[in-house]
Amino acid sequence: MKKSWPLYVLCIPAFVFVCIFSYGPMVGLLMAFQDYKPWLGITGSRWIGLDNFERIFQYKEATQAIVNTLIIAVSKIIVGIIVPIVMAILLSEIRNMGIKKSVQTLVYLPHFLSWVTVAGLMIDILGLDGGINHILTQIFGNDPIYFLGDPDLFRFTVVISDVWKSFGFGMIVYLATIAGINPSYYEAAEIDGATRRQQIRYVTLPSMLPMIIVISTLSLGNILDAGFDQVFNLYNPLVYSTGDIIDTYVYRSSLLNGQYGFGTAVGLFKSGISLILIVVSYRLAYKYANYKIF
Amino acid sequence: MYHKTTGYRVFSYFNYAFMILAGLACFLPLLHLLAQSLSSKAAISGNMVSFWPVGFNVDAYIKTFNNSNFNGAMLTSIIRTVLGTTISMFILTCAGYALSKEFRGRNVLMWFFIFTMLFSGGLIPSYILITALGLKDTIWALVLPGAFGAYNLILLVNFFKTIPKALEEAAFIDGASFFVILSKIYLPLSLPGIATVSLFIMVGHWNSWFDGILYMSDASKYPLASFLQTVVVQSNMQNMAMSQSEVAAMSEQSIKAAQIFVSTLPIILVYPFLQRYFVKGIVLGAVKE
Repeated sequence: MKKSWPLYVLCIPAFVFVCIFSYGPMVGLLMAFQDYKPWLGITGSRWIGLDNFERIFQYKEATQAIVNTLIIAVSKIIVGIIVPIVMAILLSEIRNMGIKKSVQTLVYLPHFLSWVTVAGLMIDILGLDGGINHILTQIFGNDPIYFLGDPDLFRFTVVISDVWKSFGFGMIVYLATIAGINPSYYEAAEIDGATRRQQIRYVTLPSMLPMIIVISTLSLGNILDAGFDQVFNLYNPLVYSTGDIIDTYVYRSSLLNGQYGFGTAVGLFKSGISLILIVVSYRLAYKYANYKIF
Repeated sequence: MYHKTTGYRVFSYFNYAFMILAGLACFLPLLHLLAQSLSSKAAISGNMVSFWPVGFNVDAYIKTFNNSNFNGAMLTSIIRTVLGTTISMFILTCAGYALSKEFRGRNVLMWFFIFTMLFSGGLIPSYILITALGLKDTIWALVLPGAFGAYNLILLVNFFKTIPKALEEAAFIDGASFFVILSKIYLPLSLPGIATVSLFIMVGHWNSWFDGILYMSDASKYPLASFLQTVVVQSNMQNMAMSQSEVAAMSEQSIKAAQIFVSTLPIILVYPFLQRYFVKGIVLGAVKE
């Protein structure tokens, strides 16, 4: 074996950055067990044990935020798995390469727009005198709908706009899987008299299954991640009851209202549960689809 | 043959129409924005603008590019993106190349890096750390904390692993060092992977808005995305530093549209060229044999 010291040297920059900026903040998690006062610091603030965590379940707003997070994240995961699979299968049926490539290029695009941009589009299109309401009132003659200010519709709007932004990008791995299926399977199926629909059902879908299992199990780890960037840019006090998620609640309760210790506790609660879920999901992905991270 | 049956042909027509519609749905909102940015105030308030400008004028763009706050934010974003991508790519290619090899302690080190993907200190502790390090109100607060990304590291490691070992061994025999091998063999051969990860990091920096709002106490130091957030989402037209009469003469929506469009343009321009790389990069990173 050759000398491997240069390999260690090459890892030093990454190691230093990770120690400071990833592991450094973890020291700050001690605040979750303190009545943290910025002027006293972590060393000087009073220790209060698990009081901050008990408060999570005493404050109605906090429990509401946890429930909202679960509902929004789970809906996003379900819709966000089904739509890319269906779209990938449909797109693979397009034989005209020019159209196929153009559609692909267009549907990947929204993934690269920031949520600020998308929120700008949404606020305009979904507004009371925006494009969607313009069409709805013209055709159905009903009153304009306030999509971003109606608590009953807000979650729906969040899920739909998330799908719009991400389905194209989610399709990539499925398209690659479909492209990698051995054509002789289809030829054999055709000789046996299988229709195209039967070929999709008995050849395409089973071939995609390992990838579907990997993506579904890995997404389990995101069950407490409802999308801060998106919700923060789309929500307003009118829809806090159904739209406030853990991350936006942490931001408002701590940085805006000065409850640092409590905000950190909510954040730690979320990270802790997420960690457990991610470990479980990686185990499942390994067990059922032989998936390894590296 | 299946594609000769009537049923399949009917499905095919619907499928073509549906796919083209799906493609358009991802693109038309941006076209609508472009049309608004080029339309007159009367046309916008009368809801007459769909995908083609009505009452064509470029006032919104003139206002945008003459606005010192907008230009300052744009400059901050450019510096941030260039600086941030360079630092990140340096750290990641070094570590990625090393971790694609076998050496003592490699797995421990890999998990040490990957753990950052699974668990983090969260918003408040990070904020306090950045403040304590004195990075607040400097560009380093936007560049350094996110410089290392475990996901990007995994993509690069997987990419470097696909390069045949024989190439490296031949170079070793010829007396090349690790560093020569990295720069002369690995970097050129893994261009799709490097391009993919660079694109992700660049887009990430360009689009990142929350850290700007968090770490800059003064709106004049905001990067473009943060500036845009205050104008577009918070509807804070004060940041535009326009006089009352100017505001009255212009359509607010037209200015917002112009700003969103200008800020999105670099992404729209860069991405078609890098697209062929990233599909390859993502698939290689995700699908492993």
